[in-house]
Amino acid sequence: MPSVVKIEDIHKIYDSGEVPVHAVRGVSLDIQQNEFVALMGASGSGKSTLMNVLGCLDRATRGRYLLDGVDVSGLDKNELADIRNQKLGFVFQGFNLLARTTALENVELPCLYGKKHLSSRKMRERAMHCLEIVGLSNRADHMPNQLSGGQQQRVAIARALVNEPQLLLADEPTGNLDSRTSIEVMGVFQKLNDQGITIVMVTHELDVARYCKRYLILRDGVVVRDEPTQDRSLAEAELAKLREAEAAAKLTAHPSA
Amino acid sequence: MRFFITLRMALRALSRNTMRSILTALGIIIGVAAVIVMVSLGNGTKTQVQAAIASLGDNLVLVYPGNQGQGGGVRSGFGGATTLTVADADAIVSSFQHGESDAENTVSAISPYVTGRGQILANGLNWGTQIYGVSPDFPVIRSWRVVEGVFFDDAEVVSTAKVAVVGKTIVDNLFPDSDTASVIGQSIRIFGQGGGGGTPFRIIGVMASKGFSGNQDQDDVIFIPYTSHMKRISRRINLSQIYVQARDETSVVKAKTDISDLLTQRHNGTIDFTVQDQADITAARTASTDAMIYLLGAIAGVSLLVGGIGIMNIMLVSVTERTREIGIRLAVGAHGSDVLMQFLIEAIVLSFLGGLIGVTLGIGGSILLGNYKGWPVEPSTTAMVVAVAFSAAVGVFFGIYPARKAAQLDPIEALRYE
Repeated sequence: MPSVVKIEDIHKIYDSGEVPVHAVRGVSLDIQQNEFVALMGASGSGKSTLMNVLGCLDRATRGRYLLDGVDVSGLDKNELADIRNQKLGFVFQGFNLLARTTALENVELPCLYGKKHLSSRKMRERAMHCLEIVGLSNRADHMPNQLSGGQQQRVAIARALVNEPQLLLADEPTGNLDSRTSIEVMGVFQKLNDQGITIVMVTHELDVARYCKRYLILRDGVVVRDEPTQDRSLAEAELAKLREAEAAAKLTAHPSA
Repeated sequence: MRFFITLRMALRALSRNTMRSILTALGIIIGVAAVIVMVSLGNGTKTQVQAAIASLGDNLVLVYPGNQGQGGGVRSGFGGATTLTVADADAIVSSFQHGESDAENTVSAISPYVTGRGQILANGLNWGTQIYGVSPDFPVIRSWRVVEGVFFDDAEVVSTAKVAVVGKTIVDNLFPDSDTASVIGQSIRIFGQGGGGGTPFRIIGVMASKGFSGNQDQDDVIFIPYTSHMKRISRRINLSQIYVQARDETSVVKAKTDISDLLTQRHNGTIDFTVQDQADITAARTASTDAMIYLLGAIAGVSLLVGGIGIMNIMLVSVTERTREIGIRLAVGAHGSDVLMQFLIEAIVLSFLGGLIGVTLGIGGSILLGNYKGWPVEPSTTAMVVAVAFSAAVGVFFGIYPARKAAQLDPIEALRYE
């Protein structure tokens, strides 16, 4: 069973300024099917750069990257775009939905750029299916400004799923959400992972990383720790705890009437 | 296939900001509409001029004193040069109307023509008008007959008879209480600019009514024998013009050459006259309209250029505003060419639709001017097609730069854009 992600001695050097910045200094990584990996590190650790390389948005200066068995290190811009379209799904901190466009149309977007031509009906079916997975099929015709932060992020997740990618990449997906919504969104990720989707998530919050199954810590461009998560948090359990805490708070805040 | 998807995306993007799209296209809309109206007016005027000249008669050749060169140029007006004589007219008659060889007789009718401003007194009323001195061939040449009475004949020309044929306006203004028939035989006094007291003339005929041509009253006329005009009214020895009618359409060009050669010879090699047929006159009169149309074309080109710059400007702003959006599209798999296509199509749609709307407004405006102000309008299909094609071209030309900028964005940078 080939790894979903196999990178060998990846280096990324930015050469635009006066001093070249060696952001990633030799990272090798193997990610199997159905893993749920957290990529952690302080700013400047190289985690965003590594994520960009994994996401085929940027090319490594040195090293090899095999995505689902295919060497993507030497591909050109258009080929990388096709890889992003077919094999990858992105979820961003800022949601990045198209404004004044319905949730359904937002989810359909990757289909429009697909190599295979799909009929409008097929595209709509696929998009609706993904919205159902994230539990938003009743809001398919809402615009982003009519949705809460958590709902917008779930639409973004649906968009990332629409072309049935090998790998889901999430960059601080809960960064703009409150604690309860964060737990809900992590619940969606966990559900997807349980159904077989491989996820790599960048985060700097330990709480969020606890929902993943494996975590990596980067410092100064190298991996300094790579371990399976102990005492993994499960979203449903966490939500239950939160509800109890809120109920308790209400009892003490308001004298019973 | 990707093209239609991109087209839909472009139309969607434009409709998200309808007001801005309309304002952007406004430059093109106004420019095109103005050009269409101007060209319609120009064409209408030309047609009107052509019709007026054609209505003078068939197969006409006109001879004027003074050399105006070929086509173009403003006429120096009557009295500019005084070089045409009755003898010239007679020479034309003997050479080309009643000449020996039948093949050489390209002329079928000829009328010497003198004109001058004068006053007519009758019935205690007076009327200032142009007094025309012509020959009996004149009504034949102009296809303009009397409706009452008779036109004067050759004998009356020879005898410098004091007879006159008047138009309806003269009748209405000097004999308001009489009907046309009872005007025949009435006496009038004609005062010319040649000085002296007025000369009594007798009305022998009334011309058929022709109405107005443009803003000229064609019935405000009085015809007397040219000999009488030259002797009694204008006291001149030269002709204002010679009206000639060629035998048929094919003889017109030959008649022109024949007359030119004859007169050159008679004037000792000096070309101090002009010989024109109706095509020449039309060309001369419409030359200034043509110049105006070309000038307007140039102005329109400039205004389309400005409109195009406006489109480029807005597209550049649009690209910057939508940097994040472009980043998202690239991230989910758009090729650079997809992004370029989308923005280019947006620009072309703006300019093309602007052109269509401009043409529609221009046609509408032309029709309104025609119906409510009575101006001559004739919309030109060529102008419409050229205007729309040009608008689309402007969209391509001015849209390509912003579209390329959009396509060359780096997805990572674009996604980070605030």
